[in-house]
Amino acid sequence: MSIAIRQVTKRFGDFVALDDVSLGIGGGSLTALLGPSGSGKSTLLRVIAGLETPDRGDVSILGQDVTGIPPQKRAVGFVFQHYAAFKHMTVRDNVAFGLKIRKRPKKEIQEKVDELLGLVQLSAFAGRYPAQLSGGQRQRMALARALAVEPKVLLLDEPFGALDAQVRKELRGWLRRLHEDVHVTTVFVTHDQEEAMEVADRVAVMNEGRIEQTGKPRDLYEHPANEFVMTFIGAVNRLGDSFVRPHDVEIQLVPNGESQEAIVKRVLYLGFEVRIELALRDGQELWAQVSRNDIEGLKLEPGQAIFIQATRERVFA
Amino acid sequence: MGEARAARYGLRAVALGYLAAILVLPCSWIVFKTFQNGVGPVWDALADPAFVHAFQLTLTAVAIAVPANTVFGVLCAMALVRRRSSRGAWFFNASIGLPLALSPVVVGLSLVLVYGGDGWLGQWLVENGIQVIFSTPGIVLATIFVTLPFVVREVVPVLREVGTDQEEASWTLGASRAQTFWRITLPAIRWGVAYGVVLTTARALGEYGAVAVVSGRLAGKTETLTIHVDEQYRRFNEVAAYTTSLVLAVLAVLTLVAMNLFKPRTKEVSLVDSDSPGDEAVR
Repeated sequence: MSIAIRQVTKRFGDFVALDDVSLGIGGGSLTALLGPSGSGKSTLLRVIAGLETPDRGDVSILGQDVTGIPPQKRAVGFVFQHYAAFKHMTVRDNVAFGLKIRKRPKKEIQEKVDELLGLVQLSAFAGRYPAQLSGGQRQRMALARALAVEPKVLLLDEPFGALDAQVRKELRGWLRRLHEDVHVTTVFVTHDQEEAMEVADRVAVMNEGRIEQTGKPRDLYEHPANEFVMTFIGAVNRLGDSFVRPHDVEIQLVPNGESQEAIVKRVLYLGFEVRIELALRDGQELWAQVSRNDIEGLKLEPGQAIFIQATRERVFA
Repeated sequence: MGEARAARYGLRAVALGYLAAILVLPCSWIVFKTFQNGVGPVWDALADPAFVHAFQLTLTAVAIAVPANTVFGVLCAMALVRRRSSRGAWFFNASIGLPLALSPVVVGLSLVLVYGGDGWLGQWLVENGIQVIFSTPGIVLATIFVTLPFVVREVVPVLREVGTDQEEASWTLGASRAQTFWRITLPAIRWGVAYGVVLTTARALGEYGAVAVVSGRLAGKTETLTIHVDEQYRRFNEVAAYTTSLVLAVLAVLTLVAMNLFKPRTKEVSLVDSDSPGDEAVR
């Protein structure tokens, strides 16, 4: 285990941000802490970095207990949502900051900074100030700055949260590739399940200060441990006590004994995906996700009566 | 359109007229009155030992009060904004604002009560050979008292605006708290500090009420520039009074010019270091 968190509790006044959290993070992995706001994911990341002190529990990095050690001596790289760029320094000086603090020789700093600026594709912007960069460029600069001191673990707090959708998509793929090149143990916080699924190789789902489930993205989707994980990751219909993914709702024109009757309310064509909004006899509403090809022959109209069958449903105790 | 234009010019006329009546006219009148009888009397007023001493005393008070309140103000602002708990903050806040709310005369009197010969601290000080009231230390003390809030008041909002992200980033990069303060925090709040220093200097130069109470107004001994103006005016030494006033005005202007010299050159960096406008949109 590269990072081990054991029974960590953290309160802010009456608010319990972390409630007896334990989590192990493997060396070289890219892990996402995923959860809604207020779930404690950022606090957990800050506890790992030493920016928050846990009320109880301990944290170790590479086998060393760091619970009482200040952030300066933890050898972690931290990237903030709003970049935390040093505004009075050029891009080059921002990236060199950690190395200058460590009093490395000038030549070594110069080479290292050049290498990192190349890695984050900012070589042409070395002399600029953060105010002259776009959000995506600032965040890449912040990443280079964190990597310059060769941290044992890299921690990113909602790194793409302040960027617009297009840039966010680009940077996700870019972070994934960067991780393959640099291979430092990385933990990032996000509230965007798509982002977690796309970038991370392991995801820890958090809710109300606790970890609900940890696993590979696919396992979380296919085998959610509880209702929260099922509803937080991916779309879901709730029918009584059971949960059905919209793509597990099959549309039929004739009853087959196991199917239920439903009325078509609306048919939405979203390119390849078609969304069919339905209402059951008892008034419950749900929607089915099918491909354009699947319903080409069905000619569904609002008000039409059809039959649905859940090919896969889940009930949580 | 014509109506809007008329309203705009009307507004400008009112604003300029107000400025002229309140500010420009009296100030230029002082210049005019100073040199009314040529340069000779002005020169005499400047050469008067009482003036020279007052000039030195005012500069001494400024030279002590401004650095003292700058250091104190920055520390105080850090303590207020970067605190861990909010206990006692309201008391701190209210105390800092006190010198702004209190009449300077009251400030002076309170100092006399504590540090004067009959005061509880003053008695002990006098026994140990230190005279505060009717002496330079009292004048410096009064100046520090009345100029206490300016740096704090300017730095607190800037410190809040800057936030803790940059400091935390600096820590994770290995910088100690002291290194972080000098390399990250101080540069980030520098315009707030500079502005606070200018306000402190201006007020320290112009302070009259509190200083007048504690100084004893002894010409050549405990007379500051503002008291010198008042004394000369009362003795119908008009040229000396106007000359000294002009000197005070010149010092004030120099302070403002110094402030503008330090001002950032790029338009992105305003008085308060803020993000570029594009940044606000995504927040």
